[in-house]
Amino acid sequence: MYDWLTEHKIPLGIWLRDFVDLLTTHGQGFFDFVSLVLGALIGGFTAALLWVPPLLLIALFGLAAWLVHRSIGLVVFIVGSLLLVTNLGYWSATMETLSLVICATLVCVVVGVPIGIAAAHRPWLYTAIRPVLDLMQTIPTFVYLIPTLVLFGLGAVPGLISTVIFSIPAPIRLTHLGISSVPPALYEAGKAFGATKTQLLFKVELPYALPTIMAGITQCIMLSLSMVVIAALVGADGLGKPVVRALNSVNIAMGFEAGLAIVVLAIVLDRVCKRPERRARKG
Amino acid sequence: MAAVEFRNIDIVFGADQKSALRLIDEGRSRDEILAATGAVLGAAGVSLAIERGEICVLMGLSGSGKSTILRAINRLNEVARGEVLVEHKGAAIDVARCDENTLRDIRMHTVSMVFQQFGLLPWRTVRDNVGFGLELRGDMSAAERNRIVDEKLAMVGLTNWAGKYTNELSGGMQQRVGLARAFATDADILLMDEPFSALDPLIRDKLQDELLDLQRRIQKTIVFVSHDLDEALKLGNKIAIMEGGRIVQAGTAEDILLRPANAYVAEFVKHMNPLNVLRGTAVMRPAASLARDGDAVVLDRDGHVKVKVDADGRPVALDLDGRTGVLATADGEAGLIDDKLAHDADCIVAPVDLKLKAAIELKRHTDLPILLVDSLGRLAGLCDDDEIYRGLLRRLDG
Repeated sequence: MYDWLTEHKIPLGIWLRDFVDLLTTHGQGFFDFVSLVLGALIGGFTAALLWVPPLLLIALFGLAAWLVHRSIGLVVFIVGSLLLVTNLGYWSATMETLSLVICATLVCVVVGVPIGIAAAHRPWLYTAIRPVLDLMQTIPTFVYLIPTLVLFGLGAVPGLISTVIFSIPAPIRLTHLGISSVPPALYEAGKAFGATKTQLLFKVELPYALPTIMAGITQCIMLSLSMVVIAALVGADGLGKPVVRALNSVNIAMGFEAGLAIVVLAIVLDRVCKRPERRARKG
Repeated sequence: MAAVEFRNIDIVFGADQKSALRLIDEGRSRDEILAATGAVLGAAGVSLAIERGEICVLMGLSGSGKSTILRAINRLNEVARGEVLVEHKGAAIDVARCDENTLRDIRMHTVSMVFQQFGLLPWRTVRDNVGFGLELRGDMSAAERNRIVDEKLAMVGLTNWAGKYTNELSGGMQQRVGLARAFATDADILLMDEPFSALDPLIRDKLQDELLDLQRRIQKTIVFVSHDLDEALKLGNKIAIMEGGRIVQAGTAEDILLRPANAYVAEFVKHMNPLNVLRGTAVMRPAASLARDGDAVVLDRDGHVKVKVDADGRPVALDLDGRTGVLATADGEAGLIDDKLAHDADCIVAPVDLKLKAAIELKRHTDLPILLVDSLGRLAGLCDDDEIYRGLLRRLDG
């Protein structure tokens, strides 16, 4: 019985490989196109960030943080952290990573938020995509790194795609949560005053769900950042590269510094993305 | 044409509407229908006409179907069978069957709504909440909108709060915002779904008074849902009492208090205070039943007190066993009479819609019989101790 079972292997892996082969032979044009667009997006972002002199950009970041949060402590922390990263020599790598994170988040929001809204309006759709979302978050990243590599070639684009696959469940789930927790009374108030479906979405549902959606986007940024090392494995530039190199050459100093830069960037992004103090409650 | 009219409507929540409707036709109760089909009966065989300018209160315990039929007026609830006619731009439109565009037009221009939990949008300021309905219409400039909004805010006394967020306001103020929002679209028909239930009693009483005061000025058609009989009697020109999705009695406050249609209604009104509800018309001994002596009407049993009436039936003079008595006119609304007048008078003349409470107040003050006259000044009836006691005891037949 055991022998029979092992001899008649179900060729799951082969099927998937054939499927990817099929995609490469027939859909190469499409994947090349996607690769080109996304590559241009990341390249553009990176070039823009690197074009500005580092010290000026750090000052601008500080100013933006001040305008949004009005907190001296936060501004000092952000400027200090970025200066430290520059001092360690990881400025351009940090900007490359930042660019990757921003692009991945952008793609996640553009794709994920509408999916979340659609799922909140159609319970069957959410039932259908939930296992897919679970799969996307649990399947080891390396497994889908291989087909993305085959389809999109080496470089930043497969890194971006893998990052998106890993982080997109967060905005989808939280958008779904936010939209489906709109109190029926608000929904009815909108309907009672003659709101169309579009008006209900933009004037009732989205404003109500906005804090939750923002939380989803913040999560998405953090998840994207946690993928930089893996993205580096397929050739994406950024802070992941020195980490991978340090691992290969057992370079403790370099590994620590690059790792520290990633942590610093993560904390800065987290603090900046936190929503400003909510409006006063009871007055 | 009535402003709102339900014609034999049934509302069923659940998938199996067909079998539920069949059971409704068999006259089954809500529990039986739920057990047999899994569908919840919202309303069955409801017919009710609400005239323009009227405040109609839908009354009942929770789950009696009062909110259910209210929501059918702007189709927040779908009607399974029957018609819901709403007067919209001079025509009676069946809301239950009209197309999307007409429905939207009705919701934007003819029917507006106030909610129990206020239904305000917390991310908007008071001003933007009030302007919500106008904004959805999308047919006016922001300046024009703000002008209307400020006008409505002044109406509910919230001018100084326009820039605040709704969660900075107390419950009573939030509901005033809800009222202003409903007024802003200038809809003729106002649906109010237990608007004051979430407020504490003092604020509730105040808002009820404000609503009545506003209604005197703006004359909307108001459909009001309440589970509080005092509120219903205070506000309603017409009251419909519901039980298990059906209307068990509809009529004026007096009707319901004096002639409850069944034990359920009787139980409902048992502890009700009749002082503010009953009026002269209900308790008086009608002029037609009083003895006549030529052109005079005899007021007492022995025939000593007579009131002369003119050709139209207006009381003109009082005859106390040959001596001429003095008639004094009272303020019927407040039950007040001038002290000096009361001192000289032998009989009081008051409008026929005098409230029982005002009649008692007059009696206590003067101890004189009260002649009730209609709006043209014609003698309508007599209200003395006996009539008042019977009114209080609700024994008006014997």
